[in-house]
This record gives sequence, structure tokens and C-alpha cells, in this order.
Amino acid sequence: MEPILDVKSMTMDFGGLRALDRLDLDVRKGEIAALIGPNGAGKTTFFNCITGLYSPTQGDILITRPGRDPERINGLKPNHVTEKGLARTFQNIRLFQNMTVLENVMIGRHCRTRTGVAGAMLRLKSARDEEQTVVDHSYHILERIGLSRFVNELAKNLPYGAQRRLEIARAMATDPFLLLLDEPAAGMNPQETRALDDLIKKIRDEEGISILLIEHDMKLVMSLSDRIFVMDYGRKIAQGSPDEIKNDPKVIKAYLGEDPDA
Amino acid sequence: MEYFIELFLGGLTRGSIYALIALGYTMVYGIIELINFAHGEIYMIGAFTALIVASVLTLLGFNELSILVIASLCAVIWAASYGFTIEKLAYKPLRKAPRLSALISAIGMSIFLQNYVLLAQTSDFLPFPALMPEFGFLEPYAHIMSSAEVIIVLTTALVMAALTFLIKFTRLGKAMRATAQDRDMALLSGVNVNRVISFTFIIGSATAAIGGVLIASHIGMINFYIGFIAGIKAFTAAVLGGIGSVPGAVLGGMVLGWTESFATGYVSSDYEDVFAFTLLVLILIFRPEGILGRSTTQKV
Repeated sequence: MEPILDVKSMTMDFGGLRALDRLDLDVRKGEIAALIGPNGAGKTTFFNCITGLYSPTQGDILITRPGRDPERINGLKPNHVTEKGLARTFQNIRLFQNMTVLENVMIGRHCRTRTGVAGAMLRLKSARDEEQTVVDHSYHILERIGLSRFVNELAKNLPYGAQRRLEIARAMATDPFLLLLDEPAAGMNPQETRALDDLIKKIRDEEGISILLIEHDMKLVMSLSDRIFVMDYGRKIAQGSPDEIKNDPKVIKAYLGEDPDA
Repeated sequence: MEYFIELFLGGLTRGSIYALIALGYTMVYGIIELINFAHGEIYMIGAFTALIVASVLTLLGFNELSILVIASLCAVIWAASYGFTIEKLAYKPLRKAPRLSALISAIGMSIFLQNYVLLAQTSDFLPFPALMPEFGFLEPYAHIMSSAEVIIVLTTALVMAALTFLIKFTRLGKAMRATAQDRDMALLSGVNVNRVISFTFIIGSATAAIGGVLIASHIGMINFYIGFIAGIKAFTAAVLGGIGSVPGAVLGGMVLGWTESFATGYVSSDYEDVFAFTLLVLILIFRPEGILGRSTTQKV
């Protein structure tokens, strides 16, 4: 299995603080991978580096788009990273609160459309056709994510679980080949978490989108993941299948501290 | 009663101009939270561009209507290119700097542009030709509202309608609203935020230039300093209405226009500014977010 995201020896320094230390991580095609670790381990920093919000101090980020050769994406602006097919969500919800659900998803289509101001203002046929395609496509995504009954609601009026799903819908609208989910289950009740579990599997199986997620809900992580990476203090301390990780003493130590009797 | 209507319509005309300029302030503030103090100068440059083009075209013997159209178009394009360039030169490099730095940069830009025009065009008031046509059918009402004033109000209404459509329904408008609400998230959703910001400056500058041509042609003279006064008034209008809000800018412009007009008509023209700024102080005390501003303003 060739990797579609290949991060090699990535380091990120903030002044004297080393937030990421020579981190290696790869995601394979069709895989659900998880990145776990105690709070402050550097997981979100890792996402910020990959998506272009931060520019890593050292190391390489390589992606392989379907049917293309691997390419290096260090230092690309976030909107260009998104255009290349990486989309993400945030652990604290960051929707466009004062826009409707449909508009939020349509913003995700922005980088896949071209209509200019003049065309849109003059209602040229090409502009109207493109607009219609975007609306149709957005409806389609909302239907699959299970949000179609909220289409014209403002994002801020949605129930919490629906807001989380809308973030995923907006990310999917950018046509990613890899979806990065930052704590998608944070704050969800058990029922919502189960629905999320199904949704993430569905996205992988039906859309063929690979997934890398950061998550603290271990039950969800173990149920979803093909492979798990564990970070602590900016370093990768373990990687492997859910079963391997569960029994890894280094992981147990990172989460629970040293066993005084050992 | 007729006097009241006269003052009301006079206020409407003034208010329209303030609203046209206030739009630029409010849109830029909505997107990057910067008070663009050079915005008044864009308005002034628009008026000067129209004057130069109109003079040349008059010498070449063009007819009145084509002069109006060509001069306005040139003013809009030239002012928009100034707005675009100012953002790239003076604000973009400071986007990650503390907000005060960009504000000082804006004030510097304003002083620079004023002095540049002062050197190029002298400090004298230059006569500006009456470009706007006189409508025969409005002749009987000319003492209440002249043709020029009707054109000003109608143009403003048209610009507002176009802008509302742009922001609400077009692809760029959605990108503008998204950028105003959360710039990083807009970037991550694939929006080219730099382009959105440039467009905002272009649109704001274009509307200011339209205002510049209209008012210069109405009043009949311009100099390098008109942008400063108009800029302060339009900024007041934007704050009155709730900075960051497009309908707020329009309403603020109108309220300011009427206040000035009625104060001039019923009290004395010497007190026009006193009333205008007293109103501003009162609104800021009792409703600091502005008339239409909300704590979570729908920005842009």
C-alpha cells in the first residue's frame, strides 16, 4: 500500500519550544488512521503544519494525489493545500456562524469553481449553471451527511451534534482525498458518537476518502482505526494496530504515568 | 411644510454621498478590522481623475453624456487601482502585525496621498464642470430638488442594490462573508483570502470614486483637501450605523445627512458639524455598537 500522506522527520519549533520533534507519520490509501496522545502532545500543531497554517521548521510533507506522482507541500498556503485535496475540521467548532448550512457547504466548493464577479453580477448562463451545479452538489453532500432538513438554518442555530457534522460536510465539499478530523467526537453524547462512528466509516467506504483523526474517545478510536499513532511531548512514541497499541507499555506510561511498583 | 420637504431631500442627497463613502470604510473594517484612513483620499483622487479626463474630453469636443460616462469610468478604474495598490503596499505586509501598526500606516498613506495631489494639482480650488444632465421634466420642482440631486440619490440606490446582491448571492460575496467571520477557516475551506481582500478594496474604492464624481460635479469645485473632510464625515456615518454592517453604513449616512440638513435649515449652517458630532457622541454613549451594529455583527 503506497502512502498518500508521508510526513518525514518533521520538526516544529516555537522559539525555544520544540512542539514537534522529528515526527514520522504516513497515511495509506483507503485507511482510517488515528493520532492520539495526552493533551499538549502536539497533535493539533501537527495538523496545523500539514494544512499550511504553520510552516514546519524541518522535515518533508509529501502527498500523493490519486493518479499523480508524490509532491512536497511544505510552505504552501492553506487554501492551496485545500485545493490539493487535504481538508480538515477543528476541535472547537469553526463554522461560519451567520451563514446558512447550505452556504457553509457552498464555501467549501469555492476552490472548485471559477465564476468571476462580472459573470455572477450579469447572471451569465455559465455563471448560473455553475451556481446550480454547486447548489446541487452541496445538497447531495448534506443529504449523505444527514443534514438535509437543516439546509436553510443559520449554522449557529443547529444542535451541537449537527454543527459537528456540518464541519465534516463543509470539508467534504472541497473534494478531498484525505480528511483530517480534529477531535470530531469532542462534547458529543454516546448516541451522537455512535452516529459519528458510522458516518466516518461511511465516508471512507462510500466516498473512498482516507481519514486521519485526532481523538480522545478511546472506544471510538479502537473501533474505527486501522492504525494508530501515539504522540507524547512532540515525539511519536508508538504506532501500530489497535491491539498492539492497547498493550504497549510506553503508551500506558504516557497516559497513566510510571507504575510506582514496577 | 415645503421647507421641511426641501430640507429632507437635501439631507437625503448628502446622506447618499456619505453612504457611498461609508461603504468602503465599513466593508474594509468588516473584512480585516482596519479603519482605512486613506479611503477619503481615494474619493478625492476619483474626483480629480474625473476632472482631468473631462477636461481633455471637452477639448476634444465630446458631447456631455459621453464625457460623463467616460470620466466616471476612468475615475472608478483609477481609484480602484489606487485602492488595490494601497492595500498591497501599506496594509498587506502588516497583516500579522498589531492592529495599531496598520492603522498608523493608513494615516501615513492618507497624508502621503494628500500631499502628492497637493504637489501635482496645487492647493487652489479647481472648478469642476457640471457633468450631470438637467432633466426638463424636473424643471418645475427644481427649487426643491435639482436633477443633479435626483441623479445622486438614484445612483446611490442603484449601487446599494448591486452591492447587496453581490454580498448576498454571488460566489465572491459568500467568500467575503466567510472571510469576515473567520479568515483562517475561510483559507482552509479553499478561499483565496488575499484575492477576497483585494476585491473588497477595489469595490470600496470604486464606490468612493462614484461618490467623488457625483459630489464634485454637484458642488462645482475640488481641491486636495476634500477627501479629508468627506472621509471624516463618512467614517462618522459608518460608526453611527454600526461599523462592519453594510445596511448600517447606508442608514448612518442618511441619519447624518438629515441631521446636518435640518440643523442647517432650522438653526444655523454654522452649527451643522456641532449637531452631527453631538449625535455621534450620543449614539456612542447610549449604543456604542452603532444603530444596526450587534455584538455579533453580520460583518462585511
